[in-house]
Amino acid sequence: MIATIWRRAAPHLSRPSHPRAALAILTSHTLTFSTTTQTPSPAAKMDAIGVLMMCPMNTYLEQELDRRFKLFRYWTQPKQAEFLSQQAESIRAVVGNATAGASADLIDALPRLEIVSCFSVGLDKVDLARCGEKGVRVTNTPDVLTDDVADLAIGLMLAVLRRICVCDKYVRSGAWKLGDFKLTTKFSGKRIGIIGLGRIGLAIAQRAEAFDCPISYHSRSKKATNYTYYSSVVELASNSDILVIACALTPETTRIVNREVIDALGPKGVLINIGRGPHVDEAELVAALVEGRLGGAGLDVFEKEPEVPEQLFGLENVVLLPHVGSGTEETRKAMADLVLGNLEAHFSSKPLLTPVV
Amino acid sequence: MGQEINPQTNGFHHHLNGDRPDLLVLRPGLLFKVFEQEFLAKFNVLKAFESPLPLDKYLRDHAQSARAILCEAIVTRITADLLLQLPALQLVVADGTGVNHIDLAECHRRGISVTNTGDVFSEDTADYGVGLLIDVLRRISRADAFVRRGSWPLTPEFPVGRKVGGKRVGIVGLGNIGTKLAKRVEAFGCKVSYNSRTKKQSAPYDFYPTVVDLASQSDILIICCSLTDKTRHIINAEVLNALGKNGILINIGRGPIVDEETLVKYLVDAKIAGAAMDVYENEPRVPSELFGLDNVVLSPHRGAFTEEAFFDAFKIVMGNLDAFFANKSLLTPLTTNE
Repeated sequence: MIATIWRRAAPHLSRPSHPRAALAILTSHTLTFSTTTQTPSPAAKMDAIGVLMMCPMNTYLEQELDRRFKLFRYWTQPKQAEFLSQQAESIRAVVGNATAGASADLIDALPRLEIVSCFSVGLDKVDLARCGEKGVRVTNTPDVLTDDVADLAIGLMLAVLRRICVCDKYVRSGAWKLGDFKLTTKFSGKRIGIIGLGRIGLAIAQRAEAFDCPISYHSRSKKATNYTYYSSVVELASNSDILVIACALTPETTRIVNREVIDALGPKGVLINIGRGPHVDEAELVAALVEGRLGGAGLDVFEKEPEVPEQLFGLENVVLLPHVGSGTEETRKAMADLVLGNLEAHFSSKPLLTPVV
Repeated sequence: MGQEINPQTNGFHHHLNGDRPDLLVLRPGLLFKVFEQEFLAKFNVLKAFESPLPLDKYLRDHAQSARAILCEAIVTRITADLLLQLPALQLVVADGTGVNHIDLAECHRRGISVTNTGDVFSEDTADYGVGLLIDVLRRISRADAFVRRGSWPLTPEFPVGRKVGGKRVGIVGLGNIGTKLAKRVEAFGCKVSYNSRTKKQSAPYDFYPTVVDLASQSDILIICCSLTDKTRHIINAEVLNALGKNGILINIGRGPIVDEETLVKYLVDAKIAGAAMDVYENEPRVPSELFGLDNVVLSPHRGAFTEEAFFDAFKIVMGNLDAFFANKSLLTPLTTNE
C-alpha cells in the first residue's frame, strides 16, 4: 500500500525501503512536485484541459467529456475561425468522427494540440501526416465495432436480395392481398467479393461462410487465408454476385468502385457499401441503378452525408441507411469509453489504448 | 435431386382423354401460377377453379378418372369428404413443405400417396429468419424508411439499435429450418438453445423441455416449427412473459402457432421489446396496431419465396408426377408420421 501511494504522490523520488521512512516523507509536506515528471490527481488537472468536440456524435460521450474536461463544442460556435483563434491556447485535444476530424488547417490553428481521439475506426478525416509532423497523437476505435459493421453488411445483403424493407413497407400500407407475391433471389451460396480483408472484411467473410457463400477478396496484398484473391477490383467484381466495400478510405481507395467495376458487377450484381461514401463514384452508381445496369445496392454511407441522391428513393432494389454501421447501444458506449480512456491515458502519461500515430 | 424435365420422355400412362394424363387443380397455388405453362404442356390440367359449376358437380362430371391432384395449402383442404368424390385418386402432390391441410391418415387408409417438396424451402426460410433478426435489432427497415422520407438531414442521429452478437437465441423447432438457422446465427456470435418435440442427440445446443423454459433463457425466440394440434397457440402470454420486456419474437413458422391477439397487446404495451413476423393467423389480415410500431418488422409470408426455391420445388413436384405416371418410386413420399 505504501508503494502505491508513493507511486502516485512522489514517483520522481526513490522510495526508502523502510516503510516508516517512506511514510514520514509522505506526510512531511516537504515533497515538491515537478510538473515535468508528476501529474497531480488526474481529476483536478483534467478539468482544465480543453477538448474540442467537432460535431454531435454521442450524448454519453459528450456528457463525460463535459464532466471530465473543459469541453468546447465546435458545432455550436457561430464564428468558428474566431473561436479557434481565441481558444487556441486552451485546446489540447480534438475528438472527431467519420463526419469531422482534424484537417491540416485545424491542426495548424491549435498549437497546443497533443492528441486527436477519433470516435470511429476510420481515419479519413484526420490529416495523419500533419499529426506525425507535429507530434500529435491519434487514436481510433478499432475492434469494438467490427462485429456490428459486419452484422450490418450481412443485414444489408439480406435486405436487398430478399427485399425485406420493401416487404415491410408493403404490409404497413395495408395493401397485402392473398396471391400477391414476388419472387426474390436466394442469398445462400451467392459469391461474395470483399474489398479489403481487414478486421471487418474478415468478420463479414466468417458470417457469409455460414450461408455457404464462396468468398473472394481484393486487398493491397494477399493474405494468409484460403479465400480466393484477385489482384484487381474489376476481376473481383466480375467473379462476384455481391461486392462489399470493407477497406479504409485513403487517396488510393477513393473511387475504388468506379464505372468499370460497376459494369463488371453487372445487372445481377449487388454492391454493399459499409466503408465510406467516397469509395464509390456515386454519380455512376446512381446512374447504373436507375438504368438497370446494376442489380442492386445496400448503402450505409454516402459521399455527402446526410445528403442521399433522391433518384434512389423510388428504387426497390436498394436499401439506404443513415450511417449506422456501429449504431448499437453496446458498441457506441464501448467506442465512447475508448475515446475517454485514450484521452485520460494520454493526459496521465500512460500508454494510449488504441494509438494510430 | 429430382428428374430432368424432358418433354421427350414418354413414360406417361396413356389416358382415355388423350396423350396427357389428367392433373386435378382445385385452386391455383403459387407454384402452379409460376410454372403453369410447364404443367399445361405435360398434363391435361383439370382447372376446377375456372369452372362455373359448383365443385361437387365439377368433380362428378370431370374428375372421376383423375389419378393425381396438385394442391395448394392456403385454402384447399384434402379431407375425407373430398376424397370420397375422387374415386380414382392415387396421388396427392403438395406444392410446399407443410401438409397440415391434408388428412394423411385418410389418404393412407385409401392407399393414396402424398408427396411434399422436401427440404427445398428451408434454406431460404432460414436466411430470411436471419434477415428479419438483424432488421429488428438494427432497425434496418425503419432506418431505410427514415432516409427515404428525407428525415436524415433534419435528425442527424437515427436511434441506435442493439448488438446481434452475444444474444441468446432460442429456436422453437429444430427441424430443417431451425438447424440451418442455428448454424447461421452462431456465426454472428449468438448463443443457440432450442425446444423441439424430442431432444436431438447430435445437436450441440442446449435443449429446454418446454417453450416457456426456452423463452426464459432467451433474448430472441424464433419460431421454426410446423403447425400441428400441439403447436397451435403454443406462443402465449406465459411464454411472452418468460421472454420478457427486452425479448424479441420472430415467427417464420405459421401464424396460428402464436396467440396473435396477445402478441399484439404485448407489443403495444411494451411488454416485449419487438417482433418480426412473416406469418399471421389470418393472412392477409395483419393487425393494424402493428403498422405504427417502430420495433416490428412485417413481412407478407415470403420467407421461402425465391426463384431458386420455387424452381427446386417445381423440379420435385414434376419429378414426383413423372415418377408416378411412369410407375416408378416417388421422390418425396410422406408417411402418416410426418
